[in-house]
Amino acid sequence: MRLLTHNMLSSNIKGVSNGFPLRIEVEKVIEKHVDFNADFLRNMFPKIEWKAFVDAAKTIGYAELPEEADSSMLDSDEFLNKFHHALLELHLEEGGLVCPETGRRFPVSKGIPNMLLHEDEV
Amino acid sequence: MWFLCMFFHRLLDYRKTEVESLAELFGAFGDRDRDRDDEENKLLLEWRLPLHHHPGLSFPFRILVKGLYEVWGEGGSYEELEESIRSYPDERKLPYLNSGSTFKITVDTFGKVISFQEQNHRIKGLAYIPFKGRVDLRNPEHKFWLMETDDYGVNNGLPPMVQRRIFFGREVGGADRKLLPTYQLKSRTYLGPTAMDAEMAFLMANQALARPGKLVYDPFVGTGSILIAAAHFGAMTMGADIDIRVVRDGRGPDCNVWSNFKQYGLPMPVALLRADNNLPPWRPGLKEIFDAIICDPPYGVRAGGRKSGGRKLLKGTVDPYTVPDDKRTDHIPSTGSYCLAECVHDLLDLAAKMLIMGGRLVFFYPVLREDYVENHFPGHPCFKLIATSEQILSSRYSRVLLTMVKISPYTEEIAEAAQIRHIEFRENHLKWLEDGNLHSAVFTPTDPQLIAAGDSKLSKDPKPKYRGKYV
Repeated sequence: MRLLTHNMLSSNIKGVSNGFPLRIEVEKVIEKHVDFNADFLRNMFPKIEWKAFVDAAKTIGYAELPEEADSSMLDSDEFLNKFHHALLELHLEEGGLVCPETGRRFPVSKGIPNMLLHEDEV
Repeated sequence: MWFLCMFFHRLLDYRKTEVESLAELFGAFGDRDRDRDDEENKLLLEWRLPLHHHPGLSFPFRILVKGLYEVWGEGGSYEELEESIRSYPDERKLPYLNSGSTFKITVDTFGKVISFQEQNHRIKGLAYIPFKGRVDLRNPEHKFWLMETDDYGVNNGLPPMVQRRIFFGREVGGADRKLLPTYQLKSRTYLGPTAMDAEMAFLMANQALARPGKLVYDPFVGTGSILIAAAHFGAMTMGADIDIRVVRDGRGPDCNVWSNFKQYGLPMPVALLRADNNLPPWRPGLKEIFDAIICDPPYGVRAGGRKSGGRKLLKGTVDPYTVPDDKRTDHIPSTGSYCLAECVHDLLDLAAKMLIMGGRLVFFYPVLREDYVENHFPGHPCFKLIATSEQILSSRYSRVLLTMVKISPYTEEIAEAAQIRHIEFRENHLKWLEDGNLHSAVFTPTDPQLIAAGDSKLSKDPKPKYRGKYV
């Protein structure tokens, strides 16, 4: 699971009003090379919840991202490279995503987050 | 400038929509020639397009377009053809006829077969064109085509052909069907029962305008067969499925969704996750993130959909219960059937919210051929339906590829209405399952008594069937 995915997901258990961001439990993080595409990054940037993104990156061991970011930074290659690396190249291979409100753990195994709810959560 | 566009004679409904999408993608042309855009020509294979710039360069992927030709002349007979070629301006012809170049002339016929001698004879009949170059059959610089369509007059299962027509033209772009043997399903490692045929997947990805820098999502990803086509065109891909065995495990370390992408050297999907289309796990504020959503929803004929909530729970045979705490970690949540109407409703709602403005939703929708009414498809206030292409699957049902464009933003009112409908589906689970049961309509044996009684619906076919040829 990449941080892009993490930034899009929330706990959707019935009755939970604030299921974002999911807390990351790390067991194994791996890096995979992804071809750099600046257009894609520029398209994605406005959709990203930056604070959650920076925190998630720190949790999985990448602390190079600036605490605050705005669209003017997209002109900087250095920023784009960091953004690209954190967004797409770091994978949570094994671990879990924990709902901030209920503590329910969504397992991540072989890089696949399992977001399916139990019968009593829908 | 006008070009003649020839199509392969297959997936007839899909041919024009393919060119329209490609045109949109590359901004190639304006209005089409409406005169030729008629019902008859749907079965012929020509379609005239005005192209503003060189089309050979701007059409890197075509599936059903056999070729694009600059027409030098046309006519109903060879005399008319000669006259027409002679009157075509020299400055358009001479650059391709000079002495330093190499060329080849191919004779192509539609609706009949002509012998090799006859083909040679026809090529020799073109001697009035001042070819100065050298013939090279293997690797010519300029390819010329002499194309003939004819009224073959015999009943071979095809609808009657239009009158005889001959074209002569220079090829400016050819099809890239080499893609298809590369991606054909039979050589793919990981397949599911409803993996999408490679040709169709490419057509779907074309419809979705998949290209580099775009994010394409498939909520029913399965073995990834549709996303593979989108990834081939350079798009970033993301997929979800409710079946964790498919997305996570596949059939082993070298036989899963990831390995399918690896097999073709394509970039891996940016995300695969297990999620329920009925209760998508996207964070509340997230919207307008996907450039396209492409999918083949489960319609309950070959594979049925599933959604969260135990089947007994949904049917009401057991009361709501709580999973005990000590069993929660390894608990495998049960799922219940997911009817097509609800599935399509959820898909439209998700797409309306998650697609960018102008983004495309491309999906298959099944129809029973007996009560198929043109343009009676699910709709949504945020979407405009721009293309429908039918593919006949059996005498009872077909599937129609719908292409929709998001034309207005997702508002509070639309969200509320969708929520009310969501609850309605949930509360009347059983009723919806019965109503939307396509499986029985497709598979129930025909009642012999009804046929004996001369039931009009069964004995006379409301639509002509050209199955086999009309694929």
